[in-house]
Amino acid sequence: MTIETLLFDLFVLLVFPGLLFTAAMGMLASWIDRKLTARVQYRVGPPLFQPLYDFIKLLGKETIVPKGASKTIFLGAPLIGLSAVTLFSAMVGAAMIWPEYGFTGDLIVALYLLAMPSLAIIAGGAASRNPIASVGASREMKMMLGYELPILLAVCVVLLQTGGELRLGKIIHAQAVHQLTWPWVLATLLALFAMLLGMQAKLGLVPFDAAEAETEIMGGILVEYSGAPLAIFRLTKMMLLWAVPLFASALFLGGSFTSWKGALWALGGYVVFLVLITLIRNTNPRLRIQHAVGALWKLAGLCALAGILVAFLWR
Amino acid sequence: MTMSLFTKCLAKSPWVYHVSCGSCNNCDIEILDVLTPRFDVERFGVLLAGSIRHADALLVAGAMNRKSIPRVKKLWEQVPKPCLVIAIGSCALGQGVFRGSYAMGEPVDKYLPVHAYVPGCPPKPEAIILGVVTALKALEGAK
Repeated sequence: MTIETLLFDLFVLLVFPGLLFTAAMGMLASWIDRKLTARVQYRVGPPLFQPLYDFIKLLGKETIVPKGASKTIFLGAPLIGLSAVTLFSAMVGAAMIWPEYGFTGDLIVALYLLAMPSLAIIAGGAASRNPIASVGASREMKMMLGYELPILLAVCVVLLQTGGELRLGKIIHAQAVHQLTWPWVLATLLALFAMLLGMQAKLGLVPFDAAEAETEIMGGILVEYSGAPLAIFRLTKMMLLWAVPLFASALFLGGSFTSWKGALWALGGYVVFLVLITLIRNTNPRLRIQHAVGALWKLAGLCALAGILVAFLWR
Repeated sequence: MTMSLFTKCLAKSPWVYHVSCGSCNNCDIEILDVLTPRFDVERFGVLLAGSIRHADALLVAGAMNRKSIPRVKKLWEQVPKPCLVIAIGSCALGQGVFRGSYAMGEPVDKYLPVHAYVPGCPPKPEAIILGVVTALKALEGAK
């Protein structure tokens, strides 16, 4: 470990493709989502830098910690969420650009890191000393139970297709060079469907946004958050909107930035996922928590299981 | 320098929170209308805040009956400053036809620092938007 590798690692983590780059792309993705929502509603929608204005405005507002709330967890939870998503996006981005950069098992680390922002928001909501936030936290916990299953089963499909590779760079390469046989396409489509629903729930978007239902429970988990901690939670959500669909397009479509074809699959797949996520968000009502978990387990989970069956039988 | 950047961003992203101080509901309905796709206030960065902690502008409607007074004061303590207050409708301005009633306290601006007044019974959504824009311009001009 030399000083050059340390500086390069810090650059990857903090600048590109880590914190700053993912924050910028997350704000762009958030704007695309809001603008597309507006167009679907025959509106004009916010200007391009609106997510940035929201972020800076929140940084300048007063931060109020409720009396009796656990101050350390209340103020520390957003930072934990932000660092987890920074690390996740740095790992996935680096694996897409420099496939030898990772290590064996970094897929598993990435999946664990993906669980952390949700845990951070649950901790923050539970530490808010507010019954509404507790309801939101308990709903988010149930939602995690719901979406972790289809997401992990969908990743199992990929593992079967690539023959047990656990290194992100190698998985991406194997998916990119794979022949398009019909079992592979069928298994990938089933896994993608499950992953799409899982992503919708992971990103906390309708129909799976019971945890942060604005019209029902006044902001749910984030009801007591104000100022900078709220800004960081919102930034974490925006960064997830960039990182998670990109992760899906890398894993299932073999998107990478080592070749033009790979970049086409990566960005094309990302845009398709983002558009699908936004359109689903705009055309569906919110599911109640028991129906949300049921849909994630039955619809998405069984699809992913079917994908695993197909991938296993024709491996 | 940072103050003016933050103020500029506050003027470009005012999240509104609706407060009813014992209103007859007409102004509340007009405020709801403002937030529909027809008037598209998201162009100006306006979003409806679900929680008082997320609010940058309070849209206060209603004649301030006595039961509302402690609740409105508590809301004002809970909102993170800086926050604008826009009084909507003639009841919020000077209690309208209900002035002097046994159930009423004082008008809104005795309890909250109002930055813009929007007359009307109820005011049209266009007038409410003009009120919000006037308050934002005053914010940019003052700081």
